[in-house]
Order: sequence, then structure tokens, then C-alpha cells
Amino acid sequence: MSVKKSRWLVSLTAVALAASACGGGGSGGTKDKSFSFAITEPEHLTPGNTNDGQGLNVDEALFDRLMALDPTGKPVPQEAESLTSTDQKVWTAKIKPGLTFHNGEPVTAQSYADAWNQAAYGPNGWGNNAYFATIDGYDDLNPSDEKAKPKADKLRGLKVVDDHTLQITLSKPFSQLPLVLSFAGTAPLPKAALSDLKGFEQKPIGNGPFMLDGAWEHNRQIKLKKFPGYKGPRPAHADGLTFKIYASRDAAYTDLQAGKVDFDSQIPAAKVPQAKRVLAKRFLSVPSGTMDFLEFPLYDKAFANPDLRKAISMAIDRQSIVDSVYNGAFKPVGSLLAPIVPGYRENACGEGCTYNPQAAKQLFDKAGGFNGTLHLMFSNADSTYEQWMTDIANQLKQNLGIKDIVFDKVQVSDYLTKLSDHKATGPYRSNWIMDYPSAEDYLTPRCTPPIRSGYDGAACLDLIKKGNAAGDPQQAQQYYQQAEDTVLKDMPLTPLWNWRDQAGYSNRVSNIDVDPYTMPLLRLDKVTVK
Amino acid sequence: MVPVVLGTTFLIYVLVFALPGDPIRVLGGDKPMPPSVYQALRHHYHLDEPLIEQYCRYLLGLFRGDFGETLNGQSVSSLMASSWTVTVQLALTAWIFELVVGITLGVWAGLRKGGIVDSLVLSGTTFVIAVPAFVLGYSAQLVFGLKLGWFPTVGTDDGFPYSYLLPGMILGSLSLAYIARLTRTSLIENMRADYVRTALAKGLPRRRIVVRHTLRNSLIPVVTFLGIDLGNLLAGAIVIEGIFNLPGIGQQIFLAIQVKDGPTVVGITTFLVLIYLAANLVVDILYGALDPRIRYE
Repeated sequence: MSVKKSRWLVSLTAVALAASACGGGGSGGTKDKSFSFAITEPEHLTPGNTNDGQGLNVDEALFDRLMALDPTGKPVPQEAESLTSTDQKVWTAKIKPGLTFHNGEPVTAQSYADAWNQAAYGPNGWGNNAYFATIDGYDDLNPSDEKAKPKADKLRGLKVVDDHTLQITLSKPFSQLPLVLSFAGTAPLPKAALSDLKGFEQKPIGNGPFMLDGAWEHNRQIKLKKFPGYKGPRPAHADGLTFKIYASRDAAYTDLQAGKVDFDSQIPAAKVPQAKRVLAKRFLSVPSGTMDFLEFPLYDKAFANPDLRKAISMAIDRQSIVDSVYNGAFKPVGSLLAPIVPGYRENACGEGCTYNPQAAKQLFDKAGGFNGTLHLMFSNADSTYEQWMTDIANQLKQNLGIKDIVFDKVQVSDYLTKLSDHKATGPYRSNWIMDYPSAEDYLTPRCTPPIRSGYDGAACLDLIKKGNAAGDPQQAQQYYQQAEDTVLKDMPLTPLWNWRDQAGYSNRVSNIDVDPYTMPLLRLDKVTVK
Repeated sequence: MVPVVLGTTFLIYVLVFALPGDPIRVLGGDKPMPPSVYQALRHHYHLDEPLIEQYCRYLLGLFRGDFGETLNGQSVSSLMASSWTVTVQLALTAWIFELVVGITLGVWAGLRKGGIVDSLVLSGTTFVIAVPAFVLGYSAQLVFGLKLGWFPTVGTDDGFPYSYLLPGMILGSLSLAYIARLTRTSLIENMRADYVRTALAKGLPRRRIVVRHTLRNSLIPVVTFLGIDLGNLLAGAIVIEGIFNLPGIGQQIFLAIQVKDGPTVVGITTFLVLIYLAANLVVDILYGALDPRIRYE
């Protein structure tokens, strides 16, 4: 809130108080070496509770974790000195000495244990609860019976050996743990957080390169400044970073054009041709981990035959849809994994995901065709869903001769409920946002019950478990690829395309280093301001 | 007042409750939510209770001045405080703009019926009424904000009134057109009235006749319109707030309905009802001031 604003509010607060609290308006001709980043209103800021992209962008600046991802997607130590295991089940994390939170409190093994216990404790209802499900003792904190009280409020598998050593015991071997621990939701919490979680949410005390400057101003901005006591591997180059909150991506893009915001990581697909022209070199297109799928309700008899599902998949011309709806910005894929994930194979799906109307029609007829009305289901979260579903409907009409196709456009708040309750009326849009770049992250939800499509994933889950237990990354990858092949053969869902993030920056900032392995796309610490 | 508030909160509460979908599932996004977390959240927001119990709990909270909690754990009162400030500033800017400019144009056009100003006002207002607000909004933003740089493009960073001028003018432009036309016709009609002829015959200066007698009578329909319009401006700025990224009431309610955030929707709408009631009351009082005959009836 600016000083001007509080005066308008006719608040009784002394002007001096307001002035000191709000200090430095930011705008103006002074040599202000801070930059701004466009987001929409985050849902949360406490790391263990934050699972929305906007909040995670902010957490990326505020919090360091044990691990981080390098620009190639490999996990590298951030606050950890080392993270090792001999059997993929018992892991030992050594934490670098001398690291502190923004309030001066040292970061210790206990800070991590506290944060993870909070998040894993079911009754807290925190958004990242599921990330800790691999740790031994998780079930005691999250009884499957709705009425039961949890048996414990601390994870049995976490042992604080000393200030700088944390022993993590998992319930089953899990080779991908270093990747999970790079996720911002696994950041540590200071003691101050535990005593006042509500206050912490409004003004988080982190351990990252930037610290809060004032509190979270809802629907306006979150102002950060450089943390002077930062000893970690990614010190901030800019003096400050303001997350400006917009109600829509369109508004953010308008402000980017006007030079009022320095970085926008989500230029709307419809504005891309114009952005390319206006921003020229300052326009960036970054591959993303997000995937769109068309998933089939296997519990509906009409879709029980895998050949029918394959025929539908083959009748979809993914490239033409991407060109017409997303201006060619997205990439058609024939894999369940995004191309940025290690282990991705171009067209792992083979002919099943390749556009071939003649073969599709033959297979369709062989499988007995489709009688009655075909429902296509999607949510009203974004207008492009209806656009590409229309294209798919036309292609299915043309290539397979399905005459009667209708849309079931469902309210966002109802969509996922319907899918989880197995109430889908026909093939529906499904989407996956990457948590960490591992094939395991993409495959586990496809094969672990309860599965929305009603698919029996036992065979695939077996292979994933073998991969999780493998000590050698090469070997793990082979198991994961076999698991992917299993799913693609049965085709409970067919991959459509992989998203790209369209970003742009102002001419005030330089050292713009982008890659898909950091949540905000941009390595926030590296940015310098002219 | 009390029955109206009770009635509206209850109606809205039931309506939000009846919306399809589960707000807790939305919180989880596309990821599956562990059952323990799901239960914990449902319990926290009292969604596991019957509707009546939820509503009574909400009402009790209201009496204590507690509007509840949004699904992100923010307090609805503080959310409303910040968004109402924005909307009130926007609506007032629009309202003052349409009041001053609308009446001025209307009087000017009315006094010189058939003149250049009159034709300009007529064609201009036809244009404004015909073009949808969002087209005006985006065009004005592009031309005056981006290209010419006269006004801030989006947001409230430049404070009141600068940040609110352009969106306020766009928001007020439609009503401005109505006010200008209303004032014009009303004035022309009154200028033909008997009492004006009498006054002219008595030798009163034209200026005095227009300001003291005609205008006052002509403004009665305009005042009614202005009063109701203030309510409309407060409630109907969703599109303009969206284009200019003003974090006001319209935006909050739009977002809240999307994720079925009951407490926010009910809180904001209850306030809107109160504002409509207040605006109507003020209009009634103003009537009396403008036309003493109404007071005695």
C-alpha cells in the first residue's frame, strides 16, 4: 500500500508510522536496482502448503532447499553438502554449516524435520502433503479411515542426527528422492513459523536469496529485497524483486508492453504473434513440462476396447490443432513424458499416436465402431479447451464417421470431482504439470490406484517400483520406459501436446537466464538491473 | 433492513451451496489429494456439516463482525476492505465524471437545440451506447495508455485519482450518454412549460430562468438515474476492472464464483445489497430537496 493510498483510506494511523512502514515507493527516477515479475494472486506462501504455480514462483525467491535443479534438470546440492544412500531407502543429508534464515536463525536438520512434519500431518490439510508419502511413518500421520485420529504427529522416518545431519528413512526404496527434495515445497521452516503459522503465511521468513520487504499485499504485490546475510550458492544480483499481482495474464502482458513490469512468464498464447513482433529479442519461448492428454473413461463399456481408443488417438491430427489453436507454440507429442524429462523418447507411442486417418478408420471398424452420441468433456477454465475439442470433434466426424458428437463443458469446481467419481460421460481433457523432471513423476499417477480412468495399472506399477529401487540411474530409466510402454499399449489416455511457456522481459533488465527446471522459468538470482 | 439482509444472505448462501462442484477438490488442482488432507480441509471449512448449520454458523460470525475465511485462508473482511476501496474509488471517479460532463453536455445541447453541439452530443452518445464497454476499454487502453502514455495502462500503482481516470471515464461513459440525453430532453420539455413563459414575460433574465427554475425541475429524472447508477457502477465494473487490472469487488466475486468460494461471494453480495438500499434512500431524500411537492405528498 502506498503512502498516498493510506491517506485516502483516512486511516487513523499516524502518517509517520505509515511512511516508515511503506518507505521507498519504488517508482521514480532514482537508481533503483530492483526488478518486477508478473504473477497472479498466489493461494499460499508457506512452502509445505504451496502447490500453485504463482505461490511457488515467490517461494523460489524466498526459500532454498536441500537440492536444486541445474539448467539440464539434474539435481545438485543447494543447502545440502551431500545427499547419499546405498540402498535408496535410507538417505543421509549433510547440511552446509553457517546458513541462516532471514531472521538470523541458523538452518539446521531440525528446521527441515519440522517443516516436513508439519506438511505431512494430515489434519493440517497442507497442499504438499502427498510429497512426503514416501517417508516411513507417513501412514500414521494420514490414516486412510476418515474418522480415525492420526497415531503420530511426527514422521518416524526423520531422524535428526546432529545439527547438520538429517537421516531420512523411506518406507520403500525410492531413487528419485533427490529430485523431490529440489521442490520448493520441501523448504525448511524457522522456529518462528511454528509458533505463528498464520502470521508466517502473510510474511514468510525464508532462507533464500531474497527476503520480504513488508508483508504480502494481497492482489497488489509482494515486495522482496536482497537478503544481505545470504551464504548459499545463488546470491541475488539485483537489490530487490517485486512480484506484481495481476488479475489476468492479459493485464500482465499489457503492462509488460508498457514497460511497467520487467518479466512476464506467461504471455497468453493468443498474443504470441504480436509479442514476437513487439518484443523481438526480448520474447522467449521455453519448453515446459506440462502435458495435455485425452483420457478415456475405461469404466464405460463403450471405451473398454483398446483398439477403439487407439483408433480415436490415430484420428487426431495434433499438429493441425496446435497450429490453429496455439499458433504452433505447443509441441505435439507421442509420449507420456515431456521432452524436457530425462528418458523421453520421441514418439514412444509409435503408430498409436501418429495421425493416420485410413488406418484409424480400419481399426475403428474392426473394433466395432461407436454407437450413439459421443460426449467430449472438458472444464470451462480456459477458452482454448473448447477450441481444440471442436477440432478433435470435427476430425473424429471426418475420419471415423462418428455422426453425433456433443460437448460437456463442466464448471471448473465440478470437473475434477466428476472425474474422480468416475462420472465422465466420454473422453475428457486431462493435464499433467511436472513436479520434478523424472519419468517417475509422470507415470506414478497413471498407474497408482485410484486412477481416474479406471485403468488397471498393476503391471505398470510393478515396473515403476523396480525403477524406484534401482541404484543405477540408467537401469531405473529402463524400467520407467518399460512402464511407459505398458501404459501406451493399453492407452487409457493418449498424449496430445506439450506446452511451451511464452515469456518476455523489459529492456531494464539483463542476464536473463531461462530454463524449464526452475519454477519461474527465470533464474531470479542472476538478473541484473540497468 | 434486517429482513432484507437476512433474506439475501440466506438466498445467496443456498445458491452458492447449490452450485455444482467441490471447492476442496479445486484446491488440489490436477493432482490427487490424500484423503486425510481432503477430510481435514472439509472439516476446517465446515463443509462436512448440513447447510442450515453452516448458514447459522455464518450468521453468528456476521454478528460478531466475522465474515469468515476465503478458501486460501485469508480473512474475507480484509479482502473486502481492500477491494471495496478500489471499487469505490473507481465508481466515484466514473460517477463524478458522468455527473459533471453528462449534465453540462445535456444542458448545452438542450439550450441550443439543433445546433452543432446538440448534433455532436447526439451522435457521440449514440456511438458510446452502441459500442460495448470492453471494446472502448481495450481501445482506450491501447491508445491513451500504451501509445500516447497519458494514463497508466493497468493497475493502481499511481494511486487515486490518476490510476482511476481512464477506467473511470470508460466505466462512466455509457451512463454519461444516458444522462446527457436525459438532461437534454428534460430541459427542452421544461423550457416550453407555462411557468417559463410567465417568467420570461415577467422580464427575468434567461440565465436566471435556466439555472433557478428549469434546471432544477429538469434534474429530477436525472437524479433518480444517478442514484441507481451509483449502485450499478459499484456492482457492474467486472469487465473494466478486468481490463485495467483493478483488484476491486467485481474481480473478487468473479474469481470467487469460479472456485465456489462461498464466504467471499456471500460477503460481497450482502454488502452490495446494502449499497443498493442506501442509494435508493438517498435518492428518495434528494427528491424532496429538488421538488418540495413530493415532500408533502
